[in-house]
Amino acid sequence: MATRSDGDDAVVTPEGATPPAAIDLRGINKTFGTVRANNDVAMTVRAGSIHGIVGENGAGKSTLMSILYGFYSADSGVIRVAGKPVDIRSPNDAIAAGIGMVHQHFMLVDNFTVLENVMMGAESGPLLRESIQKARGALLNLASEYGLHVDPEAVVGDLPVGSLQRVEILKALYRDARILILDEPTGVLTPQEAVQLFRILSALKERGVTVILITHKLGEVMAITDSVSVMRRGQMVAERVTAETSPEELAELMVGRKLKAGVSRQAQSVGKPALKVEGLSLRDRYGVARIDDIGFELCAGEILGIAGVSGNGQSELLEVLSGITPISAGRIHVEGRDITVAKPALPDEMRGLRLAHVPEDRQRRGMVTDFTARESSILGYQRDPAYNGRLFMDYDAIDTHCHDLMERFDVRPPLPGIVSAKLSGGNQQKLILAREIDRDPKVLLVGQPTRGVDIGAIEFIHQQLADLRDRGCAILLVSVELDEILALSDRILVMFEGRIVGEVPIEEADRSLLGLMMTNTHQGAAAADLEPLP
Amino acid sequence: MEEAFLFVVLTLNATVRVATPLILCAMAGLFSERSGIIDISLEGKMLGAAFIAASVAAVTGSPWLALAAGILAAVCLALLHGFACITHHGNQVVSGVAINILMSGLTVVLGIAWFHRGGQTPSLESSERFMPISLPLSEFLADVPILGTLYGRLISGHNLLVYVAFLAVPLAWWVLFRTRFGLRLRAVGENPKAVDTAGISVAWLRYRAVLICGLLTGIAGTYLSIANNAAFVRDMTAGQGYIALAALIFGKWRPWTAFGACLLFGLLNAVAIRLQGVPIPGIGEVPVVFIQALPYVLTVVLLAGFIGKAVAPKAIGEPYVKES
Amino acid sequence: MSAPPVELPPWIDIGLIPVINICLALLVSGLIILAIGENPVEAMAIMIRGALGYGEGIGYTLYYTTNFIFTGLAVAIAFHAGLFNIGGEGQAYIGGLGVGLAMLAFDSYLPFVLLLPLGILAGAAFGAAWAAVPAWLQAYRGSHVVITTIMFNFIAAAVMVYLMVNVLIKPGQMSPESREFADAGQLPFMHEILAGIGITVTPTPLNLSIVWALICCVGVWAYIWRTRWGYELRAVGHNESAAVYAGARPRHIVIAAMCISGALAGFVGFNEIMGVHHRLLLNFTAGYGFTGIAVSLMGRNHPVGVVLASLLFGVLYQGGAELAFEVPTITRELVVTIQGLVILFSGALAYMSTPWVTRAYRALLGWRAAATAAGEA
Repeated sequence: MATRSDGDDAVVTPEGATPPAAIDLRGINKTFGTVRANNDVAMTVRAGSIHGIVGENGAGKSTLMSILYGFYSADSGVIRVAGKPVDIRSPNDAIAAGIGMVHQHFMLVDNFTVLENVMMGAESGPLLRESIQKARGALLNLASEYGLHVDPEAVVGDLPVGSLQRVEILKALYRDARILILDEPTGVLTPQEAVQLFRILSALKERGVTVILITHKLGEVMAITDSVSVMRRGQMVAERVTAETSPEELAELMVGRKLKAGVSRQAQSVGKPALKVEGLSLRDRYGVARIDDIGFELCAGEILGIAGVSGNGQSELLEVLSGITPISAGRIHVEGRDITVAKPALPDEMRGLRLAHVPEDRQRRGMVTDFTARESSILGYQRDPAYNGRLFMDYDAIDTHCHDLMERFDVRPPLPGIVSAKLSGGNQQKLILAREIDRDPKVLLVGQPTRGVDIGAIEFIHQQLADLRDRGCAILLVSVELDEILALSDRILVMFEGRIVGEVPIEEADRSLLGLMMTNTHQGAAAADLEPLP
Repeated sequence: MEEAFLFVVLTLNATVRVATPLILCAMAGLFSERSGIIDISLEGKMLGAAFIAASVAAVTGSPWLALAAGILAAVCLALLHGFACITHHGNQVVSGVAINILMSGLTVVLGIAWFHRGGQTPSLESSERFMPISLPLSEFLADVPILGTLYGRLISGHNLLVYVAFLAVPLAWWVLFRTRFGLRLRAVGENPKAVDTAGISVAWLRYRAVLICGLLTGIAGTYLSIANNAAFVRDMTAGQGYIALAALIFGKWRPWTAFGACLLFGLLNAVAIRLQGVPIPGIGEVPVVFIQALPYVLTVVLLAGFIGKAVAPKAIGEPYVKES
Repeated sequence: MSAPPVELPPWIDIGLIPVINICLALLVSGLIILAIGENPVEAMAIMIRGALGYGEGIGYTLYYTTNFIFTGLAVAIAFHAGLFNIGGEGQAYIGGLGVGLAMLAFDSYLPFVLLLPLGILAGAAFGAAWAAVPAWLQAYRGSHVVITTIMFNFIAAAVMVYLMVNVLIKPGQMSPESREFADAGQLPFMHEILAGIGITVTPTPLNLSIVWALICCVGVWAYIWRTRWGYELRAVGHNESAAVYAGARPRHIVIAAMCISGALAGFVGFNEIMGVHHRLLLNFTAGYGFTGIAVSLMGRNHPVGVVLASLLFGVLYQGGAELAFEVPTITRELVVTIQGLVILFSGALAYMSTPWVTRAYRALLGWRAAATAAGEA
């Protein structure tokens, strides 16, 4: 077990000079209700370095950075910026101290232009005309200095995700940030785009900007950071120089124990096609094709992984197959039967065909958080005769069912009467998964099964999916986490702009190949030479 | 020919008078809703302001004091709405309805207690009201054909508050789209988190929006009781606050289109009133009740016709709660 | 604020805080009564005496309660589907029209046993129909149901005036009323029923419809919390996306919820037209639709709460009538004002008192813990 490194205000650099640390945190405590989100946390970040903070969901890293950025006030503790103690009570104070933050979910106004978004909050005066000129000039300078090219007049809502991140970084730099915090920045990027981002971060580092990177991706930490802090359950458990550690050590520190090697699978022979899709298309109300002429087969006893950067049609694919969104063209066959004939199939009809669905967004789609757990345990199956008399619902049967699910899938606390919102993210996900798997479906559609779920639950969920596959279910897995796709799939399809641009059996798949396919550049261009995205 | 032209001008004149409170309330709602606060209580604020203005005018004899008092009343109600919605994250629609019902009762309770006339305030003299103003040159132009009539009967001859209402539209546009405050206000209605992370107070922005809303509805109420009429009568707003809201929605939360919707409304109303008692070929005389119900039917038609759901400010109706 | 928040037990959340909200509303009302120069304590005494002090008063109170149960349930069920039905006034009006038309058409042909369910059906159907158009507009056009239902209130008033004055008026009469229904088309008054078993009470408008109101309470509760349709309705109200995922059809549910809501409001017409006036007339809704909003919010959208809140408002209405009778400067509008305050404190500011209540509760827990520790020492 690692111990915390000693805190020193000064770090000796090779030249012998001792500049103060860019950020020094001492004794940070923060409690929300009964949860100690930060427990006597200390951290030192050397000026002009790239520092990573890793930890599971709920480890406290976001809270710590929110305190640094002024969203919350720490209950106790001292924050020093460039050696001087500062009192940060609001984002204003943080910005004044030279701290900028790029959030995981972008803080942008969709119907404003890039220029308006960058300006907003940092205008030069009560009238906009001045601010516009100044901002435009500044954006041009920043673009050439750091390679952050964006069209100032572009409307943010129309921009691709990679550009949105660039706008966020520009916002911070426009306010003279010398310390930049990035929260899970590569969640929405392809591996190649991530490389672009890292280039930008290196450029920032060269100009003396300090970068703090919050991430759960250990590969990135190894690639780009100089030093890394590990948090677990609200405490800072280790600080390491990146060159002197390894992903395995970091993972162990994050979780506190040795991790399983991976999902155990049985050798499996693939059965008959359970789901077949031909010429599937979906046009949104602007006429844009979100799904563009897709065809594939999903067989019993296999996990078919759909890889791709989010926003390329995978979410729509799940919604179309589960009956939530009607298709514009094409055919869907379930067990050989064409179900798209008379009218589009709806979710309850799909369920009738033994198709189950674990949605990507569990809080928005997968459960009604105001319902009790027992009511959530039958969401989608509320009309099932097993839970209903002629007029009234049979709550005894529902209760028993919920108890049973909670036991088998280790949902804590196992109380059917608890309001679903009170379950943690991981437990909610387990309950939803339990609900769908318990139906013994022929086809299971599952999206982002482990988003926001801690490592212990991730292992459990992955094993459940593998076991289900072994029992002969056909599983369609959509995930933006390449590691998850690689860990579970038997076969991988890559989606780009609504089309399937590649199919790879698991034996031949690796991150860089998939990454190239995800940007549809696998026919030719080398990864390292990609142009910056517009 | 002359007669027909005069008829048109007089109808347009009536349009202006009917549209004025709608325009003021629509601009009021514009600021509030663009900042993310639903405002159903335009009606109640206008009613309260109308009552206070008429009362103060009757007691003090000064329309200016009455205007100030009317605005103050509406601002207080706006702050109440803001307090419930912004500080206490209350349901914005419920708060709006509460204020409307409260005002419909309270104005009569106070009116009877103060003036003992069954809820009406005393009739006002011309000196106590905002009377029509003759713009300069109207006499000079009176004999000029067409232009003279237009100038004299349509453009000149309205009371001050009408001109204020019409000026409010370009002013609202300028504030919303050419100032820092307007940029931030529009941002807070779309993505309050973005504004919060930029270090700007979401609550203070919304409070200011709500205050502007109070100011404008205060003017609208004052117009109703002491400019367009000579006293306060119970429930005199008769749903115009809701109609203004419908005009705002129909105008997709933009100042000039909302303005257009208000004018359209005023025009249709003025035409309908002119048709009262006039037999329409094929139908005969339209019963008065239907003419009276026309504005409400029209509002429903407006709301049914062209609305795209996605056009409202994105964060409207959602209380902004800092996650902890 | 670093003290850990205490989970408030249900009795505080469902019992104490609503009571605090009402008290706040009454407190402000008292201030208003003071402001107009009357004594609030005396006013309150008059109100309670007028509402509960004698048999006739109680009868009237319960008669008002009947109407409030109907409109309160109407608002409550719509709320559970995520809709704010402000159109209770118009739906009650048109529901009454339906009841009246049914009676006028059939009261000489059918016996009471058949006219009773017919009246219920007619009230329900017409009330539902009046809610159906705003419902459809909300579901299929996104038109805000609050504004459309308010507009429909105004339109209902116009329609009724036209019909009563021009079509349904009893010939040879000045006031816009229809002819009286035959005996078979009249609901028995409670005082008549009680007289039938030997108990004499002063005649009041209270009639058999109160039984129907209580039956509706049970029915609404069962529908919302014990059936699969209620499950889907609540799902739509909480989270439409999840409801779609679950196979519910939000548009159908929105329209169904509004129609049931309109039907419930229409039963005010069942009470007023078939139970009280025994003829069609104008303005029998007298603000009951808006009171339903206050009642539902005060009762936290639950049938039990609705009954309790309806009783309170029944007391307010009858007490208010008594007060208006005895004090010349006070009229019905005072009750409307109190209503507005109740909606404000129970709806928009419902959790305003939570911080203080929590602090007090925590202090109480602390005091109790200290006392126990001292006792054990």
